[in-house]
Amino acid sequence: MTEYALEVEGLRKSFGAHVAVDDVSFSLKPGGALAIVGESGSGKTTTARMLVGLERPDAGRIRVGGRDRSDVARGKATRLARAREIQMVFQDPYLSLDPRVTVAACVEEPLRLHFAMSPAERRARRAELLARVGLGEREADALPRRLSGGQRQRVAIARALATEPKVLILDEATAALDVSIQAQILDLLAEIRRDTGVGYLFVTHNLALVRHIADVIIVLYQGRVVESGPTREVLANPEHPYTRLLLHSVPRPGWDPAQIAADRRSLAAVLRETPNPPASAESPHHGPDPDPTKRSVVK
Amino acid sequence: MTTRLLEIENLNVRLAAGKAARPILDGVSLHVEQGEAVGLVGESGSGKSVTCRAVLGLLPEGAQAAGSLWVDGEDILTMPSTRLRELRRRDVSMIFQDPRASINPLRRIGDFVTEGLRACGVPRKDALKRAEELLESVGIREPRAALRRYPHEFSGGMLQRVMIAGALAGGPRLLLADEPTTALDVTTQAEVISILTRLRAERDMGMLFVTHDLELAAAICDRIYVMYAGRIVEAQPTEGLFSRPRHPYTSGLLAATPRLESDEPPHGVPGRPVSLAESPAGCAFAARCAHAQPACAREDPVQREIDGAQVACLRAEELIHD
Repeated sequence: MTEYALEVEGLRKSFGAHVAVDDVSFSLKPGGALAIVGESGSGKTTTARMLVGLERPDAGRIRVGGRDRSDVARGKATRLARAREIQMVFQDPYLSLDPRVTVAACVEEPLRLHFAMSPAERRARRAELLARVGLGEREADALPRRLSGGQRQRVAIARALATEPKVLILDEATAALDVSIQAQILDLLAEIRRDTGVGYLFVTHNLALVRHIADVIIVLYQGRVVESGPTREVLANPEHPYTRLLLHSVPRPGWDPAQIAADRRSLAAVLRETPNPPASAESPHHGPDPDPTKRSVVK
Repeated sequence: MTTRLLEIENLNVRLAAGKAARPILDGVSLHVEQGEAVGLVGESGSGKSVTCRAVLGLLPEGAQAAGSLWVDGEDILTMPSTRLRELRRRDVSMIFQDPRASINPLRRIGDFVTEGLRACGVPRKDALKRAEELLESVGIREPRAALRRYPHEFSGGMLQRVMIAGALAGGPRLLLADEPTTALDVTTQAEVISILTRLRAERDMGMLFVTHDLELAAAICDRIYVMYAGRIVEAQPTEGLFSRPRHPYTSGLLAATPRLESDEPPHGVPGRPVSLAESPAGCAFAARCAHAQPACAREDPVQREIDGAQVACLRAEELIHD
């Protein structure tokens, strides 16, 4: 029996000739919080999409609560069981909620799909879930257009929590929100994690944010894990040049964008000259140690 | 007194058309000097983009503007449209947030960059030569070939450089940047900002930089205006704004921003940002403010100067946010 909520080993996905995700391995403890960081094209969103089953990996294993989900799901029961365990909150709450479905119906839909409940039980559970994210009966009757961005994201979180998942994937879930609202949602997420023991997998490019929300960080560059470890250590002492570049890119007083631009070009040049060895199907496990609580760097 | 490059005084804007009728800006005053980078920071609905667009006379349809808005001593609000077009071609340029939505996907990059020059009567050959130089200065590889390519052949970061090249074509003295890097990755953002700040310094342009990101504004601006619900609530030189914010909203924003170098977790501001139309009498921020008193809900806070900072808060004198 495993102690991990989520284990990923040697995950790989290519689109045509382009390798989007290459030999990515990591694991998430129950109730842990892990952040996958990288720029667009680094493969972080493709990784998240494979975890929830929106993309099928070419190679590699994904286990949730010790159960393997690498093979295609056979039958409705398996699909439902898999969907229950991982849920996702998307970036843009203006696109991820159906404009014609009320908040109440939106949160009740997963309850109807996954649990045999009477209508009264379902209503009670829906009220409980909405209260959990700070919304009341007034919002329950509303259509999304009546809600602010922050309220919509609360609805998306309530909907995701409805199936009592082991892992919640948050794909840039606060990036579209105003900064004063973002902090409210982060507080809410921290509280939910404390109370329910759900594990979080953040997908983001905001390192300043990662510092405050994740215990473990994984840095992706061109589809590969270049550095991973406890957030504090990696951010205080980045070893891979790409991690350093990401860190320096965070705007702050005394920031030197010209230097960052120069570093970025020289890094790209270095990596062009000494490209990473191509991962072959025969040796899918030469990546970093799948235990992310240890430091690891790919030189 | 020398004329300021951009001077906005007591600008009021309201939408007049039918059901959508509502005020969106109330008493906005700001200025930008030659060669100065000025930040305009606020959350959604604060009116920062409307203020920025007003400078080019780009107000929403049916909007009524009152107050004054001068560019180099010329009043934009009463300017004939022919002069306004000329101003947009030569003197004031704008960089928009999303290059994909702002550059015609059916025209070649060369057409986009030379559009303003050609409209000024520059011969085609000269305009293309100029465009090539501009593309080179923003770091586009093989600029001559790029002139013949289409927007879809460029990444977001590269296309934003093309937009900057287009904005600089007329040799403007004032640059308006409306969230120019919000759609970009952090590393790309740094590159685009470095190009923007370098060219701004080389050409001694004034810049009004609109953003929701206080840290980004602080990294590149000399002074910062903070907007809330269609009003300017605080204005200060960047250093002062960060070390001694005078308005509770500014300190709230600073506390809500996650920071790399601090262990202090970000603290949310309760409630949500309101627009001017929704805001009640008195101070628009009062409902979210930890320092609000009954008077805050009745009296409109008047903007005044305290230690070099412009603040619109009834209690600004009592509250020192150190």
